[in-house]
Amino acid sequence: MYVAVKGGEAAIAAAHALLARERRGDPKLPEISADQIREQLTLAVNRVMCEGSLYDPDLAAQAIKQARGDLIEAIFLLRAYRGTLPRLGYTEPVETGAMRLRRRISATYKDLPGGQVLGPTFDYTHRLIDADPTTPGPAAPAPALAAAPEAAPHVTQLLDREGLIEANAAGESDVVADLTRNPMQYPAARDLRLQALARADEGFLLGLGYSTQRGYGRTHPFAAEIRMGEVEISFTPEELGFEIPLGRIPLTECEMVNQFQGSAMAPPQFTRGYGLAFGHAERKAMTMALLDRALRHEELGQERTAPAQDQEFVLAHCDNVQATGFVEHLKLPHYVDFQAELVLLRQLRREWLVAHGTDERAASSGEAEQ
Amino acid sequence: MTACASYNFAYLDEQSKRTIRRAILKAIAIPGYQVPFPSREMPMPYGWGTGGVQVTASILGPDDILKVIDQGADDTTNAVSIRQFFARTTGIRTTTSTQKATIIQTRHRIPEAPLAERQIIVYQVPIPEPLRFLEPRESETRQMHALEDYGLMHVKLYEDIARHGHIATAYAYPVMVEARYVMDPSPTPKFDNPKMHLSPALQLFGAGREQRIYALPPYTRVVSLDFEDHPFARTRFDAPCALCGALDAYLDEVVVDDAGGRMFVCSDTDYCAGRRARAAGPPGAAT
Repeated sequence: MYVAVKGGEAAIAAAHALLARERRGDPKLPEISADQIREQLTLAVNRVMCEGSLYDPDLAAQAIKQARGDLIEAIFLLRAYRGTLPRLGYTEPVETGAMRLRRRISATYKDLPGGQVLGPTFDYTHRLIDADPTTPGPAAPAPALAAAPEAAPHVTQLLDREGLIEANAAGESDVVADLTRNPMQYPAARDLRLQALARADEGFLLGLGYSTQRGYGRTHPFAAEIRMGEVEISFTPEELGFEIPLGRIPLTECEMVNQFQGSAMAPPQFTRGYGLAFGHAERKAMTMALLDRALRHEELGQERTAPAQDQEFVLAHCDNVQATGFVEHLKLPHYVDFQAELVLLRQLRREWLVAHGTDERAASSGEAEQ
Repeated sequence: MTACASYNFAYLDEQSKRTIRRAILKAIAIPGYQVPFPSREMPMPYGWGTGGVQVTASILGPDDILKVIDQGADDTTNAVSIRQFFARTTGIRTTTSTQKATIIQTRHRIPEAPLAERQIIVYQVPIPEPLRFLEPRESETRQMHALEDYGLMHVKLYEDIARHGHIATAYAYPVMVEARYVMDPSPTPKFDNPKMHLSPALQLFGAGREQRIYALPPYTRVVSLDFEDHPFARTRFDAPCALCGALDAYLDEVVVDDAGGRMFVCSDTDYCAGRRARAAGPPGAAT
């Protein structure tokens, strides 16, 4: 006899208890702390802060722990928390030219003012799994970071002096677009696109950025500069009227230089693609810069031929919290809609079978009629 | 989420609620028009009803009595979860009774019992744009609505008839609102479409991920799209509900064994339980 699927409440509570047990894993092993995650899984923490749109390493680490290492789940936790925070105002624009550099490389110049600084990078490691990848002991201390006193102007500034690169267009207004306060409207201007890309799923951007390199909307990029380090954040409260430094946060910035043929309106110039991310997040900053440039096709008078250039396609699908929600909601019950489809399908089949003079029972496997 | 004390009544801060209420008011003023609103990340995933939850959170007052259903049932897991969320963040009363509720949040169904003027029904909407699967671009579909350019939709329905002999849409069946806007009724089965027409209750639709709110004020004309020679037909069930005998209700098909056996029962659990209680006799303690 029919037993209704009841007891949702008890089932949910039991599922949460099971989840807590799975999260803890083998109780004989020590539990990891959020501090350990923050200090030792920093790149995961950075990604969660970036895509969670909230700079808070402690909370991000806590979220990663709570999410059992599922970064999209952790991003979601951070976003939901962020949504409850009051908005006091906007900080002053950060000056990345004055960044206290920990890493700075240019792929376009062998040497340049400020120099090339490799910093903490995987780039030249051999990917051999190390049984004990702990940091070297006190016997082999990591080199002290040179206190890079030399000014390191942006590479694009050097090009700019010669007029070889397009000028950075001033924004159309002082008001910064904010897709967390206003619904997305298409076409989206560059500030809004950059915000969406900064929050976007790294994997999605990576695939799309890669596609531009393989010919789907080519942009001929050069990594003019990637820099990572700390910048000062300051805020001007309305009632005071002057800037107050709030502290320093690490950022990764990527400036791509892309080819451009010029037009009747403008002489040939390089064009720009820009990426910026919290913490050390190079892949994210680079793919963001590729996508920023690809999405500028219209302003630069190029034809739209590829998915990466299509802002409604890219921006509407790049948010992993939205995407995972809608994909995973297929787990929710759809009995009612499925029933409606069943009824319709049975009717269509019955009519088809009659029209084709086929024995109904032979094909419809004898079931209750609708 | 044990520290609920630090959250505002119904979770959202008052500023966000006001923003959403402005969108709701605009939606009521232009029935069937999709109003963009700045959707907030909610503590449940997109696709779980964040749009409906935000609408409900923005209109709930301390005296409201909330009912939440999913697939017509009060006891499906997501309905339980959303009801618990509001019970915990507001402390208001909840109910499973359609009649007693002042606000009903729903996914995929409209209750069988007729709604009344003092009630608000809030629909959870996944894809608010009825033209989306005909034209994926938002910039295009907004223009089509602005120009009342619904030719594409009629062609689609016509092609269905040419191919299948029927309009092959069984749920999320598009409707025309006040002879102006084509609207998606949310993925309710088309069986429920006639209930929207001239409903005395206020009907609000929230799509969180897609950042849209739309509305049907009480007594709005809502007509399912059709053709003169192929009029809209409500889904009919030949068998009555196996539990309460209802002939007029939407039924879930339940597979009862592995030999093709199945039974049909009301999808609206409150309606079904109420009918059985009345049939059982007068000792009814409740009304």
